[in-house]
This record gives sequence, C-alpha cells and structure tokens, in this order.
Amino acid sequence: MSAVAQPTVRRAPRRRRPTPAALALNVLTYVVAFIVFFPILWAVLTSFKTEAAAASIPPKFLFHATLDNYRTVFSADYFLFFRNTVILSTGSTLVALLLGLPAAYSLAFHPSPRTPKVLSWVLSTKMLPAVGALIPLIVIYKRVHLFDTRLGMILLYGAFNLPLVIWMMRSFFADLPKEILEAATVDGAGFLRIMTRIVLPLTAPGLAATALLSLIFSWNEFLLAVNLTSANSGTLPVFISGFMTSEGLFWAKMSAASSLAIAPVILAGWLAQRSLVRGLTFGAVK
Amino acid sequence: MRLSRSAMGLSGVIVLSLAVLVGVSSARTTRHHATTITIATVNNPDMIVMQSLTSVFTKKYGIGVKYVTLPENTLRQKVTSDVATGGGQFDIATVGTYDVPIWAKNKWLVSLDPSFAKLSSSAASAYDLKDVIPKVRLGLSYKNNLFALPFYGESSMTYYNKKLFAAAGLKMPLHPTWDQVAAFAAKLNKPSANQYGICLRGLPGWGEFGAPLTTVVNTFGGEWFNMKWEPQLTSPAFKAATNFYVDLIRKSGEPGATSSGFTECETAMAQGKTSMWVDATVAAGQLTDPTKSQVAKDIGFAYAPTKVTPLGSHWLWSWSLGVEASSKNQDAAFKFLTWATSKDYIKLVAAKNGWASVPPGTRVSTYKNPAYKKAAGAFESIVLNSMLTADPTHSTLHKVPYTGVQFVGIPEFQNIGTLVTQNLAGALAGSTSVDSALTTSQAQVTRIMKQAGYLK
Repeated sequence: MSAVAQPTVRRAPRRRRPTPAALALNVLTYVVAFIVFFPILWAVLTSFKTEAAAASIPPKFLFHATLDNYRTVFSADYFLFFRNTVILSTGSTLVALLLGLPAAYSLAFHPSPRTPKVLSWVLSTKMLPAVGALIPLIVIYKRVHLFDTRLGMILLYGAFNLPLVIWMMRSFFADLPKEILEAATVDGAGFLRIMTRIVLPLTAPGLAATALLSLIFSWNEFLLAVNLTSANSGTLPVFISGFMTSEGLFWAKMSAASSLAIAPVILAGWLAQRSLVRGLTFGAVK
Repeated sequence: MRLSRSAMGLSGVIVLSLAVLVGVSSARTTRHHATTITIATVNNPDMIVMQSLTSVFTKKYGIGVKYVTLPENTLRQKVTSDVATGGGQFDIATVGTYDVPIWAKNKWLVSLDPSFAKLSSSAASAYDLKDVIPKVRLGLSYKNNLFALPFYGESSMTYYNKKLFAAAGLKMPLHPTWDQVAAFAAKLNKPSANQYGICLRGLPGWGEFGAPLTTVVNTFGGEWFNMKWEPQLTSPAFKAATNFYVDLIRKSGEPGATSSGFTECETAMAQGKTSMWVDATVAAGQLTDPTKSQVAKDIGFAYAPTKVTPLGSHWLWSWSLGVEASSKNQDAAFKFLTWATSKDYIKLVAAKNGWASVPPGTRVSTYKNPAYKKAAGAFESIVLNSMLTADPTHSTLHKVPYTGVQFVGIPEFQNIGTLVTQNLAGALAGSTSVDSALTTSQAQVTRIMKQAGYLK
C-alpha cells in the first residue's frame, strides 16, 4: 500500500458577512467607547486652546493651538507635585503589597474558622467614608509630626489600599491548586521560596492588576491629599485644583495640568492592559 | 519554624523599605534658605504675578518662599483649621475683607501695628502706610488695629459694550440708575442673535450671587438685619430688590444664570455676548486687554447703578496678606508683606508687565501716577472714586449692627448667604417664586441667628 502525498489545498476561511445585529453592536461599542473617552479627549484639546477659546460658547473644535498653558503649568512647580505623586503612589503600593500579600497568603492557604470574619472586618474598613476619619487624622498627624510629610501619606495610602490588596490577592491565591504548594513543601521549599518561585509567578497577572489599581487609587486620591498635605508633599490632584480661581479664566490651564497628571496613569494602564484585563478576569470564569 | 523565619525576613524587608521611605520623605526638594516662609494663596491673576516675582524678594532678603495654591473655599477651610489648631503650617494667609475682622477677633492673625512701630523712619516712609486707600485699611482693621495689608482691591462698576449701545442709539450715563440699566437691557436683549441685555451673577454662594445682590438690596434701601439682628429678608425693600434682580436676569439676562459667576460673566462680556455687566472693577484690565477680550476697544465704563440711595451700591473688597498667629517666622512674614504691598513692588510689576497690569485698588499713589493714568485712563477714576466712597461701616439706608458692603461681617454669613442664594437660584430657574424663596429663607436665617445666640 503506497501512500501518495496529496498536495493540500488550503482554502482561505470564508469571511462571514457580519449580521446587521453584529454591526449595530459594533457601532454601539464604538459610540460607548467614544463617550467614555470624550472627556479625556476634550481636556487634551482644551489644554492647547487659549483661555478665551476654551471658554467660548459654542465650543470651538477648530482653533489656533498654543503651548502657553503647558509653559504655565511647568513653571508652577509641576515637577515637585509629580515627584511627590510618584513617590507616594509607588511607596504606598509597596507598603500595601508588603503587608497585604502575607495576609492574603495566610487567609487563602491557612484558613481558620474566623477567616470569614477577618475578611469582613478588613472590608469594613473601606465602608467608612474617608471624610469621617478626616478630623482625627489631621489632629493625630499634626501631633506625631506626620502632617504634610511623604512618609505620613505613604502610610495612609498604604493602609487605605490594604483591604484591596488582601481581598484581591486572597481570591487569586485561593484559585491556585493546593497540590502544587504541597508538592513544593514536600520538596523542602520554604515560605519565601514558595512565594517567589511558585505563588507569585502563577498569580503574576493578578498581582500586576492589584498593584496597578492600588497605584491608580493613590495617584488620583484628592480628599486626604488636600487636607493632609501642604507645601511639601502635595500631589497632582491638589496641584490641578490650585488652578481654579474665582477671578479669571482657568479652564485651559487646568486642562493642561490635568492632561499632564493623567498621562502617566493612562500610559501605565495602556502598557499593562493585557495583564490588567487578565488579572481582573482571573478566576472570574470557573 | 521555617515560616516564622521567613516572616521575620519579610518584616525586615518591610522595616528596611520604610526606612528608605523615611529617607525619601525627609529629602528636601527646594533650595536651602536660612528662613523659608509658606504662603497660602488663591490662583487669581495678580497672585500669579506675585509668585513669578518672588525670586526678587528671595534675592533681596535671603528668605525662601513656598506657596500653597488652592481654590478660595478650600483655602479658607484649610487656613482656618490650621490657625484654629495652631498648626503653624502657613506663615502668611491670603484673606479677604470679610475674613480679616473675624479672624482678628479670633486671634488667628497678628496685629501689624507693633511691626510697623519697629520699622526705621526711612523704611516707614518708604512703605508709606497712609498711602494705602483709607477705606481699604479700615476694612482690614479690627478695633483700630491693622491686621492685613491689601495686595489688590476692588469695588464694583458697570461695564457696557459701546458698539452695541451706539448701534441701538443708546447712551450710558456715567451714574446710571438700575431702572435705566433694566431699560437698556430690555432693548439690547436679542436671544435669537445669541446676545443678551445684561449678565449678572446667579451662581449660588455668598461671594458669588450674594455679592451683587446685596449691593442691589442696599441701594433699594434694604438690609439683611435690623438693629436687633432680626432678619429683614421679607421686608418690602429686600423683596423689591430681589424681585428686580431676578426679573432683570429672567427677562434680559444670560441663559442658565444659576451657573453664571464672575468668570462666566466676564467671558460673556469679553466675547461680546452680553451688552452690560455690573461686577468687580478688577475685571477692567482683562476686558481691555486685546489678547483676552474680543471687544477690548468697545468696553465702556460707568459707576455701579443706584436706586433709592447710593449707599452700599458698590462694594469694597480686597485680597490681602495677613500673618498667621501660629507662624514661627513672623518677622520674615512681615518683611514679605511689606515687600509685596509696597510702592516698589507696583513699580516692579509695571516694569515687567506694564502699568495696566499693576495690582489695582491698593494705593492712592498708583492712581496719581501719570503712567498708570495713561494705561488705565478709561476706568481709573471710576475705580478710585468707587473705592474711596464704598464705606463698609455705612452701607445701608437704615442703621444696621454690622459692617460690610456686599456681605455681613459675621461668621454665620457664609452659611446664611449661601443658603439664601441657593433658595433664590430656584426662583432664577423658575421653579419657585422670589417671595416664596424669601419666606423660606427668612425662617431659615431666623433659626440660624437664634442658634448662634443673636436672637432669643
């Protein structure tokens, strides 16, 4: 019996013609995406207008672009606030991860009868509106000389993001097959080795998503920053609000400050988009 | 055991990280100076100029300056909480005419008189305190002690578009009445052409809608309180003034008036969308600047309109600098105050940005300067006369127990003014009547005054 190799003819897959419903859904998706994106687009466009053009009614879509607003923003200590924001958000994310990861590990792999209560308690700390704790925080921070310091804000943001880290990472850890960890333990791996070689690599997308969310929350936080910082550790949201004035136009300058403030976060989100989506949907479908 | 070792290792990492963060935290980000003062300020145009010129002060005195720039209301809350808790976060606070007597009474600001007494005769003569507009000084004093120095001041006046007036064959008198203004507004109101008769503030807030409304109430012969601190919101004069104000906007004013404050009306005026605007004199410089105004050459000026009495028809306000009582650098702060409000500073701004850009409404000498007269010729005399005649101690037809032209100088007024203007915004929007809003307001204000102990 001889086998004759027949040349295989590959046919290009037939492109299905999209149904009207699919087309409509597509268009609707683009429309929704545009509506969601429009405020950012408008802020960026406004940042290149003169103040008069930015305030004109009806709004101007065609205008002479200017960089004056960006010059004003850079000359108003933008980099000091930017540096503060970077240090505060990365520092607080680090603190939240350093404290939250072991807690999540313990709650996921060594549960006790009280674990659900502990988890509820951790979550309950997020239920109090931040403004409810504001006055005691101001008084305490002034007494312990943490007011208007980066350390104080890092500790605070770290504490505020801790429930997020614990809850998210616990759910990612809980999805790991326990047999892998047991096998590693039998092979003589310790806690740190298990964490660094097995647990964290396997939950990397979840870790990235958690870290990024923690970073974004700290980056954008305004209420605590405006009340607990002053000349030394103010962040970009406080910087942006400083452009508001009761006498004179400020929309274009404020838009330039906003564009510069959100650009790093948008860039980070865009770069980590795949990990973020994977992390956020990790374990969502079982 | 292995786990606990690991946990200890992790704790070590955490402590090490925090130690690094402490190091980062204590790192200085600005240049070192023997003394550095912190100023809490708002982002108004003249304040931005001050910030840009601060290096001159630092070079001269070797004193570093840091700014904390925030929106007006946020700044007021923050500085209030700082001084009330003795935080010493700020050395200098930017305060308005409304705040100064209240803050001085609470001992949140230090009296400047002892510092002026310590000045050498040459320094005192160079500063020339008497040159500061007397009514402005009066507004910044408490029990005959000066507590702040004006950085820039303002009254209110009428702006109008000369081109639109000429096209309609109208002539604005130098001293218009509110009836004339209403008649002009009705003739010039052309909503179909996107042009409105007048723009007046309708944005709720004691310092927004509340300010021009109070001047109208004053000139209609009304007042907020009688001598027994009884609210007078339902008095015939108060009702007539408020009905007039609301009707004028509804008939001939800008659309969406409940979101129109100073900024929105200034924009409408600068774009030629409104024929008239009665508001702060400080806008004159911006409206006549061709880079900021499309109708710079067509802007005309007149005094603030009047009705029954000229008293309180135009306001008096100044953004001023005061030294916080909790400041640890009071001498350095006083040096900055006297530098930023000096004649030399005004010359410095003139040299950099031109005479039209100098802080207005602070010194009589500015208005005598030929260069300033030339640059601000169209409005300088109206501004100066308005500021010289606005009297915070005598701003109503009947005798009242409070001071202030466009506000009532008591701490409760922030709440009262905002509450009443919120109620009246409903009347502006057409959801309620003025009389109904005032009746509601009268009851609310009476309750507040009782709670505050003014009424039994």
